[in-house]
Amino acid sequence: MGDPMRIRAKSSDGTTDVRVLMAHPMETGFRKDSSGKTIPPHFIKDVKATANGKTVLTARWSQAISQNPYLQFKFKGAKPGDKVSITWVDNKGDTRTDEAAIA
Amino acid sequence: MHMNRRHLLRQGGALALLVSCGVATLDEALAAEASGFDAKTLDDALASLGAKPADSKDITLTSPDIAENGAVVPLTISSAIPKTDTLYVLVEKNPFPLAASFSIPDGTEPFVAARVKMGESTRVYAVVKADGKLYSTFKETKVTLGGCGG
Repeated sequence: MGDPMRIRAKSSDGTTDVRVLMAHPMETGFRKDSSGKTIPPHFIKDVKATANGKTVLTARWSQAISQNPYLQFKFKGAKPGDKVSITWVDNKGDTRTDEAAIA
Repeated sequence: MHMNRRHLLRQGGALALLVSCGVATLDEALAAEASGFDAKTLDDALASLGAKPADSKDITLTSPDIAENGAVVPLTISSAIPKTDTLYVLVEKNPFPLAASFSIPDGTEPFVAARVKMGESTRVYAVVKADGKLYSTFKETKVTLGGCGG
C-alpha cells in the first residue's frame, strides 16, 4: 500500500492545477547496501489521474524519477468540489489510490 | 505519517550519493521492460519513440543550470505545439535515459512538473509528440553533488 499521497488541487478560471507528492522509495536498482548487496529496483511505473470519471493524465515512469515523487499538471473541465483521483502502480505490483476535492 | 515522510526525505539525500555508484545487473535490465525504458543510450531511447525528433523552439524546458543534488532535480516541460499528446523526459547520461512519459488527453494542458535523478552533469531532453510527429529541445544541467565523491 504505501503511505498516503498528498494531493492539492486548485481551480482558477476553469483550469485545475494539481500538485501531488507521493511517498515511495523509488529505488533504482543501481545502489548497494552496506554489505555490498545490490538493492533491488522498486519504483512507480504507472500513474493515472482521473476527474469526474475522465482520465486527465497518464504517465509511465522509470527509476530516474526522484524519491517521493512530485508531479504537477493542469487540466480543464472540472469545478471546485469535484474530486481528483490519483493512482500509482509500482514494479512490484503494489498500488495506491488517493483522492482530493478541488478547491 | 509526517514523521515517516520527513525521515524518508532526510535519508534521501545521503542515499542519493550512492545512486550512480552501482553496476547494473541482469535483474535490473529485465526490470526495465516496456518500449524505450530499457534503452541504454540516448540514441536507442530516441529511436524507440519513433522518428528522429526535430528541434523546436515551441517546447519550454526549465531545469536548474546547476543542481546541487543530482537526486532531486526539478523540471518543468510545456509545449506550445498544437495537438501535443505525449511528453517525454530523457536524461542523456543516465543508465536508462528515458525517465518518464506523460500522456496528455484532450482538456489537459501540455504541461508537467516533476523531479528526476541524474548521476552527473548531463543534457536533459524534452521530447514532444504532436499529431504523430516528434519535436525536441534540450538543456544542460550541471550536477555538483552527483555520483561518487564528485
